[in-house]
Amino acid sequence: MSFAPSSASSASSPSSKPRVGLFVTCLVDMFRPTVGFSAVKLLEEAGCVVDVPMEQVCCGQPAFNSGDLESARKVARPLIAMFENHDYVVAPSGSCAGMMIKHFPELFANDLELAEPVRALAGKTWELVSFLTDVMKLDGVAAAFEGSITYHDSCSGLRELKVKEQPRKLLRSVKGLEIRELQEPETCCGFGGTFCVKYPEISGKMVGDKTTDIKNSGADMLVAGDMGCLLNMAGKLRREGSDMEVRHVAEVLADMTMAAPGIAGSEKG
Amino acid sequence: MEQSTSPKFKQNAHHALHDASLQRALGRLKTGFKDKRLAAIADMPEFEQLRDTARDIKNHTLANLDHYLTAFEANVIANGGHVHWCADAEEARQTVLKICQDKKAKSVLKGKSMISEEIGLNAFLEKQDLKVVETDLGEYIIQLRNEPPSHIIAPAIHVHKEQVADSFRQTHKGRDINRPLDEPRDLLDEAREVMREHFFAADVGITGANFLIAETGTSVIVTNEGNGDLTQTLSKVHIAIASLEKVVPTLEDASSILRVLARSATGQEMSSYTTFSTGPKRDGDLDGPEDYHVILLDNGRSNMLGTEFQEMLRCIRCAACMNHCPVYGAVGGHAYGWVYPGPMGSVLTPSLIGVDEAGHLPNASTFCGKCEEVCPMRIPLPKMMRHWREREFEKHLGPQSMRFGIRLWAWFASRPALYGKATGLAARILKSIGGRKQKIGKLPLASGWTDIRDLPAPQGKTFKQLWAEQQAAKKA
Amino acid sequence: MNQSSSSSRNAILGRIRKNLGRGSGPRDAPAEVVARLANPPRNIMPARAQIDHDAQLDLFVSMAKGVAASVTRLENMDGVPAEISRYLAEHNQPAVVRLAPDAAITGLDWAKTTLEISSGVAGPHDMVSVTSAFAGVAETGSLMLRSGPDQPYTLNMLPDTHIVVVKTSQVVGTYEEVWSLQRQDQGRGTMPRTFLWVTGPSRTGDIEQTIQLGAHGPRRLHIVLVNDET
Repeated sequence: MSFAPSSASSASSPSSKPRVGLFVTCLVDMFRPTVGFSAVKLLEEAGCVVDVPMEQVCCGQPAFNSGDLESARKVARPLIAMFENHDYVVAPSGSCAGMMIKHFPELFANDLELAEPVRALAGKTWELVSFLTDVMKLDGVAAAFEGSITYHDSCSGLRELKVKEQPRKLLRSVKGLEIRELQEPETCCGFGGTFCVKYPEISGKMVGDKTTDIKNSGADMLVAGDMGCLLNMAGKLRREGSDMEVRHVAEVLADMTMAAPGIAGSEKG
Repeated sequence: MEQSTSPKFKQNAHHALHDASLQRALGRLKTGFKDKRLAAIADMPEFEQLRDTARDIKNHTLANLDHYLTAFEANVIANGGHVHWCADAEEARQTVLKICQDKKAKSVLKGKSMISEEIGLNAFLEKQDLKVVETDLGEYIIQLRNEPPSHIIAPAIHVHKEQVADSFRQTHKGRDINRPLDEPRDLLDEAREVMREHFFAADVGITGANFLIAETGTSVIVTNEGNGDLTQTLSKVHIAIASLEKVVPTLEDASSILRVLARSATGQEMSSYTTFSTGPKRDGDLDGPEDYHVILLDNGRSNMLGTEFQEMLRCIRCAACMNHCPVYGAVGGHAYGWVYPGPMGSVLTPSLIGVDEAGHLPNASTFCGKCEEVCPMRIPLPKMMRHWREREFEKHLGPQSMRFGIRLWAWFASRPALYGKATGLAARILKSIGGRKQKIGKLPLASGWTDIRDLPAPQGKTFKQLWAEQQAAKKA
Repeated sequence: MNQSSSSSRNAILGRIRKNLGRGSGPRDAPAEVVARLANPPRNIMPARAQIDHDAQLDLFVSMAKGVAASVTRLENMDGVPAEISRYLAEHNQPAVVRLAPDAAITGLDWAKTTLEISSGVAGPHDMVSVTSAFAGVAETGSLMLRSGPDQPYTLNMLPDTHIVVVKTSQVVGTYEEVWSLQRQDQGRGTMPRTFLWVTGPSRTGDIEQTIQLGAHGPRRLHIVLVNDET
């Protein structure tokens, strides 16, 4: 495995290894623990010490995006102290990381006591793959996958955190893996949190366009970096009778594709 | 257009999704607008700096809006024109009517104007026995079909050419009923011919304005067809209708924003015609209008200043946000139920007709952020849609079930031990429902999800359960 | 201003001032507003047009052609009538031309051609017009046309074919340079009734997003670029 963690900060860690708090995210926690373990494996192999605070639940985004700021603060507030002593906070999700990086400062803007800790948290929080490439300076991984994948750019990671090249760079290093780009990799899949159940018909049209694009790519596997989008796309593929394998990017990079069947079944690949 | 169908957004969307001809039209957004915009931007290396400049000009203008409006007014008057300040739609309609009556006008020609749609001008003038003709081809087509526009720069984008031909055959009497109207060219040639007769018969010409220039008292229209120019030149009176945030300080400032407008809208470097009109015709001029009026409409905009929606007043109506919006791309403009569709409408419409009426619009977004990415004025549209959701939540406007659901979820999510037990149980149950196929086709209370797609089954235990087991095993 | 407009004026301005957080009464414009209106800053201008004059001429021609205008370059004004005659024959257009009542155009030796000429505003039956430009802008191949007693506005819009004579010395890089020329020529803050930028012929995409030329304005735009520099 080619990694060079030496440049990373390690201020409060007794060893020279940076201490990373994993924010596993509520969807990974409940639906896809494999992604959490993949993240741990990638981080450890990149030279981090990984810690998982057990009191963590959710970043509060569902309430924040529903206009319920009070509930959002109630759910989000515990995370601020929970990750106070970590060098970095890493989440296998552009959406949840984006919430903590871009929206926590806004959510707690009027809280004088929390303004500074929130700013510090936002400053050290990363989406998993961009953390590996941009902070840990990873150029490649030691994984193998014989086949082709197509990659969906999840909106929050792409537009809030500029995650675009990073996953492709690491995926290209996976032995045997070929990337087949979608016609419109940056077009939303129609998940949108509560949107997909508030406006199911519109969401259905959007995810239908997406799965058409996915199937037309001819790839063996669909890969993305956010559990919400993955559940939406995998669910639609199954409803349409496709058994295409669907996985979180962390599973592929951590070489964990043999550890568990893909999302919503299908063991091809 | 005062009556909205925004409260019926879901039904509107349902119809739109099942309208094959609309879906075909929406499929053309990519080649018609998006690809062209990309190409135009690739040819302009300074595009991002131009966006910053455009944003800064508007921010400066809004911060000094009273000063620039009064400077604009003074310069219109100095050039022999008239300015009418109108607080709301009714005042604007009455003002236009009074100008028409003073001139004993019988016919009114219109260039494309979204503000005139906003104040429902056509229907009002027609009730006063004035003949109103839209001169922009797209607006003309929807006028014949008795429909509102479905897009702010391509109003008839939802109409296909066979439908246009039908409307023309019904309306343009005295022509060979079997004449060929199969191709867009046939239709355009006929519209051009018919419109020429209208141009020469008009008393009053009404246009919108893309900009008002304080320095010179000028109104600017940006067009491709030339209809706006003929409308305002051949009529005795030119009335420019503009909302007050259209003002910019100088000719240079307008030019800077023009550099991002057409590129963002149609992917042109510049539209065919950019027309700067100042006052009525001058001594010695052989053509041009005798009178020049500017209607300055507020209609709720001054109350957006100083709020979290102030930045929306930077909007230059280029339509890039709707051209790129996946929701607009799925349902088209009519579903939004009022004048302004797409992301800019989802922010602006609640400001103008109330969030209780237009509450669906800011909710019908995935917050994918594409609109903000392409907005030449860098308007944070998703953030402002979220602010509308906050206002709705404060006012208890959303569905009670959603409110209850969020509160219940938050109650659990702020009790980690209880939440862990509940999700652990749910993961186990859902896995067993999913069975061998690891997917769930139907689930009580989750039809919003399962009507459309299967629910992938969880793996059986939560990550935190497994992590705790693993850590314990390590210690043992 | 009628009474209702006057009271609305005060109400609107009052709301703006209040919501901008500075009391509801009128107040003198701040120095930056006064300065901006008196000396308009040029903001950012594209590098593509900030090139030497010969290159600007080439850019003007290529940009104009890129928006479906045609361009002929001539060495002097004497050749303009023959060029117009040639152009109309080539495009199978009637040899009947409506000229702008501008001595620089009407004073040319039209008798050397077989064109039937007249001058003045355009009417419904005029098929070809010839006007002169105030400037040309290289950045986008745009013509800058000012209305006035010698340039009736209808000539720009009604005929099927619009022919514009522009001199090489009138071609500049950017719009900002045009505004400086305008202020030099007619005075600060002064504009003609209509100042028109023309970038290609009239067009529409309103039927199924198919771009077609010649919507309500000219179907053809021909630019005659005449050298007046040494």
